Amino acid sequence: MALIKLKRGYDLNLKGKVESNEVTEARARLVAVVPDDFHGVVPRMDKKAGDHVVAGETLYHDKTHEQIKVTAPVSGTLKEVVRGERRKILAVVIEPDGNGDSRTFDTKNTIKELLLESGLWAMMRQRPYDVVPNPEARPRDIFVTAFDSAPLAPSLVALLGDDVKYVARGVEALKTLTLGDVYIGCRPGETVEAPQAVVNTFAGPHPAGNAGVQAANVKPVNKGDTVWTLDIVTVARLGKLLATGKLDCTTTVAVTGSEVKEPKLVRTVMGCAVGDLLADNLADNDKEKRIISGNVLTGEHVAGDGFLRAPYRQLTVIPEVAKRDEFMGWASLSPKKFSVHRTFMSWMCGKKERELDAKLNGGERAIVMCGEYDRMLPMDIYSEFLIKAIIAFDIDKMEQLGIYEVAPEDFALAEFADTSKLELQRIVREGLDRMRAEME
Amino acid sequence: MKALRKFMDKLKPHFQEGGRLAKLQSVYDGMETFLFTPNTTSRSGVHVHDSNDLKRSMITVVVALLPCLLMAMLNTGHQHFLALGVEAGWGEKFLFGLLAMLPVIVVSYGVGLGIEFIGAQIHHKEIQEGFLVTGILIPLIAPINTPLWMTAVATAFAVIFAKEVFGGTGMNIFNVALVTRAFLFFAYPGEMSGDKAFIKVDSALGYGGSMEQQAADAFSGATPLGHVVTGDMGNLPSLYDAFVGFIPGSPGETSMIAILIGAAILLFTGVASWRVMVSVFAGGAAMAALAHGFSTPTYGASLLDVPTQLCLGGFAFAAVFMATDPVTGARTRTGQYIYGFLIGVLAILIRTYNSGYPEGAMLAVLLMNAFAPLIDYCVVQVNIRRRLRRSRATKPEVQI
Repeated sequence: MALIKLKRGYDLNLKGKVESNEVTEARARLVAVVPDDFHGVVPRMDKKAGDHVVAGETLYHDKTHEQIKVTAPVSGTLKEVVRGERRKILAVVIEPDGNGDSRTFDTKNTIKELLLESGLWAMMRQRPYDVVPNPEARPRDIFVTAFDSAPLAPSLVALLGDDVKYVARGVEALKTLTLGDVYIGCRPGETVEAPQAVVNTFAGPHPAGNAGVQAANVKPVNKGDTVWTLDIVTVARLGKLLATGKLDCTTTVAVTGSEVKEPKLVRTVMGCAVGDLLADNLADNDKEKRIISGNVLTGEHVAGDGFLRAPYRQLTVIPEVAKRDEFMGWASLSPKKFSVHRTFMSWMCGKKERELDAKLNGGERAIVMCGEYDRMLPMDIYSEFLIKAIIAFDIDKMEQLGIYEVAPEDFALAEFADTSKLELQRIVREGLDRMRAEME
Repeated sequence: MKALRKFMDKLKPHFQEGGRLAKLQSVYDGMETFLFTPNTTSRSGVHVHDSNDLKRSMITVVVALLPCLLMAMLNTGHQHFLALGVEAGWGEKFLFGLLAMLPVIVVSYGVGLGIEFIGAQIHHKEIQEGFLVTGILIPLIAPINTPLWMTAVATAFAVIFAKEVFGGTGMNIFNVALVTRAFLFFAYPGEMSGDKAFIKVDSALGYGGSMEQQAADAFSGATPLGHVVTGDMGNLPSLYDAFVGFIPGSPGETSMIAILIGAAILLFTGVASWRVMVSVFAGGAAMAALAHGFSTPTYGASLLDVPTQLCLGGFAFAAVFMATDPVTGARTRTGQYIYGFLIGVLAILIRTYNSGYPEGAMLAVLLMNAFAPLIDYCVVQVNIRRRLRRSRATKPEVQI
């Protein structure tokens, strides 16, 4: 076990942390699976509206790799397949019947089949390209992150609770799938027991908890390598599936953010409707609110009638615009205006809890200030040059500069701090997608 | 504020497509974002954004330049009354300097921003903030006696050919303010150097000046480095004067104290790279020490010791405000050390061993601007090669 200290990055201290470990229950009246959450899977429906499904039953499979399946998290009736432009599937909505039926899996199957069949396969990601792993490629190594360092994120080990005992079993199973090792990245003082894994601890600010960042600091992804990344919760689910033969689709969600009355942990089912999760927990004020499934950096903006999105463990609510028409905001000397740079006075308040809204705080510009991205990314990558290569879509340069090592989430913090307000995650995502289309 | 917001909202339709003033839309947008932080919220990616934007970064540089600007005004007045041999108080000196510099500032901003507004309108883009800094740099580095029309022509040339043709703010290869200065220097050499360029003897907007102009004849207005070139080592100012800034020279460049205050602001806020700044001074000191070690009367400047070299001329100003321009400088950390060091070395090298140019800081920065992409290329190439080696080293393992 090694302790790896990461210096680059930043811990955003936001208002609305979950203080107690008490978990309340929320019954889901509607549940949905959103295909966009499983990047790289092109859905082909196996069920249609009106069909009855049980938890763990296949909803749809991938167009190219038919073995990759996405399953229902709950037993009930498939209410609707919501389609958007060009009949793209936006969501598969299920109305739970509440009797908790679930499919029993044959644990004598190979681990790979079990993963694919249960839908847990789709919860993993592969580098390069940050997509659901290709079943035909064997991974060089598997990287598991055991903590989430994002703003307001809950402790994953705490979320697991008793299920932590299944981690070792899950690791044992994963180990059979790789030629190399299963690495687990932990916070110091929060290590998990898994004899078959190589456990490393990571000290330092966000994005230390990103599996890709951990991989880059342990054993970087090279051209031609395939590496899988996943979180400890999925490993425990796999372990539990092997032990019980049933897929556990419940999840504990941290409901956080400055616009939440009482930040708390809620136990529910994956893909639960946001309305059921929040109930009447939204702050009573007339501010327009932005509900984010996930954290403020990488989460998805969901509507009030939207659904909890993968990885199903956090919900953040922040104000859309805290203060309209701020007069000459660029000249402000107020320490309340938050910046990681010292051009604003917020450094005077130290690391006080902040209430940030969704404003861009400026217009999009060419990249002017230098070193901003590198400060936020603890990887041996010249991120600014990589971003420019992606914008220019220079495949050779992208490859040389390390596109295979990164995922959009790694650039989230840089996007937050960026003076030029560029949409870095979108740029990286499009670069990866186009690259994949060219290479595969 | 509400009244102002209402007023702006009322004006808005006129500036939008189809309105009477649609051709001035970018001007309106510029004003609106200047007055009110836009309410736009993030559509993709992160949901929260840092408060810092390019406007704020640029304004920070302008604030860092204010001490230089104030000292420039004071010194312009000081040199004026000194040349005339007239006793004057600090207030009068400052007032004269203010009146002398104001027209230059107005012309610089007027021409530069005017072109930026037109450019933004043609490309239907937002007005970018780059010229906020350039506009204040130009009056500080152009000799005070530069005729206004020359400043206007040079500014227009620099903004169009050094910036807009490359794509505007953030895309230029050469520092725009320095291109302005270089244009002046090479297009009108007679006006830019010698004894008459750096001290304003005639009146400024009707204030000051002397009817008889007799004092001016007996007075030499050469800069210290001008003296050095002509071998007139006896006329050098004391190190103290050079440090405080009461010596002839380009308005903003004379006061080391003001420059250091600016440097402190830039470094504290993190707008400028300390790597560049420190290594320019290191390079300059190294080269000055070397030249001083082999001093010879053939090259007057080699007789100057290290602190004097660093205090005189535009060296410190270039190190703090010109070399640190992130757009035209090296962008990798390692590259910044090399880039800065070479600027320092070249500035002193040109100044010492090229009697044609009494000052080399401007040329050194411009030259290194051209080399900055090459330096970055080499630094990035090291990273690329490391990645390639790593990939080759692990290949056999994958094939097991």
